[in-house]
Amino acid sequence: MTEDLKKAIIDYVKKEYLEEDTQDDINESTPLISSGIVDSFSMVSLKTFLEKKFNIKIPDDKATPEAFDTVNNIINLLKEFKVV
Amino acid sequence: MAYSEKAKGYFSTELEGIKEAGTFKEERSIESPQAANIKVEFPTGSPPKEVLNFCANNYLGLSSHPEVVAAAHEGLNERGYGMSSVRFICGTQDIHKDLETKLTEFLGTEDTILFPSCMDANAGVFDVVLDKEDAMIADRLVHASIVDGMRLCKAQLYNYKHSNMEHLEEKLKETQDCRFRMVITDGVFSMDGDIAKLDEICNLADKYDAMVLVDDSHATGFMGKTGRGTHEHCGVLGRIDIITSTLGKALGGASGGCVSGRKEIVELCRQRARPYLFSNTVPPVIVAAASKVLDIISKTTDRRDKLEEHTKYFRAKMTEAGFDIKEGIHPIVPIMLYNAKLAQDMARDLYGEGIYVIGFSFPVVPKGQARIRVQISAGHGREHIDRAIAAFTKIGEKYKILGKQKNEIIEMYGL
Ligand SMILES: Cc1ncc(COP(=O)(O)O)c(C=O)c1O
Repeated sequence: MTEDLKKAIIDYVKKEYLEEDTQDDINESTPLISSGIVDSFSMVSLKTFLEKKFNIKIPDDKATPEAFDTVNNIINLLKEFKVV
Repeated sequence: MAYSEKAKGYFSTELEGIKEAGTFKEERSIESPQAANIKVEFPTGSPPKEVLNFCANNYLGLSSHPEVVAAAHEGLNERGYGMSSVRFICGTQDIHKDLETKLTEFLGTEDTILFPSCMDANAGVFDVVLDKEDAMIADRLVHASIVDGMRLCKAQLYNYKHSNMEHLEEKLKETQDCRFRMVITDGVFSMDGDIAKLDEICNLADKYDAMVLVDDSHATGFMGKTGRGTHEHCGVLGRIDIITSTLGKALGGASGGCVSGRKEIVELCRQRARPYLFSNTVPPVIVAAASKVLDIISKTTDRRDKLEEHTKYFRAKMTEAGFDIKEGIHPIVPIMLYNAKLAQDMARDLYGEGIYVIGFSFPVVPKGQARIRVQISAGHGREHIDRAIAAFTKIGEKYKILGKQKNEIIEMYGL
């Protein structure tokens, strides 16, 4: 289950944030925010994606750059919502 | 007073952190009016040095133009120094209304409202126009003041990859259930000098029934054949619902901003925009001078034409000299160096040569995209541009980057 989920999030990040011609690859521990791949303004897309997918509302104090920095961190965040 | 040791310690640590991250900003004192030639005291305490300024937003060279300064004097004499009031109490003079009318005519819109700054215009406009059931769909590289303005608005926030029209279309499809949608972009992006595809954006907005907002701060006064802005350049005059812009760059460079566009929206801003309602009116001196600026640039396109010529010349010569510059037509010319330290070192050496430019690196630009941003002005003479090219060439040789491609520069200096 988590593996499928990881893949879904990674696929979304690639489609949403990487340019088509990029060489970068992403796995579950790639820093997204602190590396500059996703800036704090663009992060909202990822937040909306997760909210829609799991039908949850992530409050602003949980949607921190740290909580979104890697796919693993995101999975941990989702666990708090008991959706994984 | 309860400024505790704990608070003091915390702030000091924050400041240390900024210094360690290399993003601490030092201000340089300029001891002359803004112009092509300026006198700068840098580092602090050293004797003033005469340098050529290539980092101001003084695109039309009007910041210290004698006619503009004279108009400011006249405004001061005729309408006084301050108004000590917001607009709707007793802060609106005839000249405020005149300037708003002139901006409307110049921008080719329906109506215009002045703000204390474009930062304030952007801080106020979204919250006035949009609400919870609406969506804001912004380019990812919009200016910080737009990001802040959108944060103050309850509408849902979406963004699309920079200038990527397919991605924008996806977001328009995704938000079809919203009451109103607004596509939001800068006309010209300030770090790259690249231009929004306003024609395609307007077509998509028409197709999906969305409004369009453009921040044209780096374009008003000189982009397009008669300088009206990016909408003129892209052939979409009259199709932009909201233009925000500044008087603080090409239009005299003092301060002030505006929201210009559909008349109902402008009127709603007068009634509800918080930075308009709760901040003092733009002072008469500035209004009078900005009004003169609009007279000058409405009468003749000489200054924007000269700027265009200078820009073409500088871009061509720098490319010929072997610099890696971001292609384009805007007077913002990014000299790509990729490595942050290289950008800082070269900017410092250029300063030594009497050319004042600034190196930009992360987080102002994406990681590995460090650069020196040159800004051309109609206030420059051809000889100034030539001096800059010569200095760049000399320093470029010193760092052995002339004729080098991106990957070669990265190989030499790292990212
Ligand atoms: C795109 C853009 N919008 C808004 C602003 C802010 O303008 P003002 O100085 O009038 O607040 C700037 C200036 O830095 C800008 O570059």
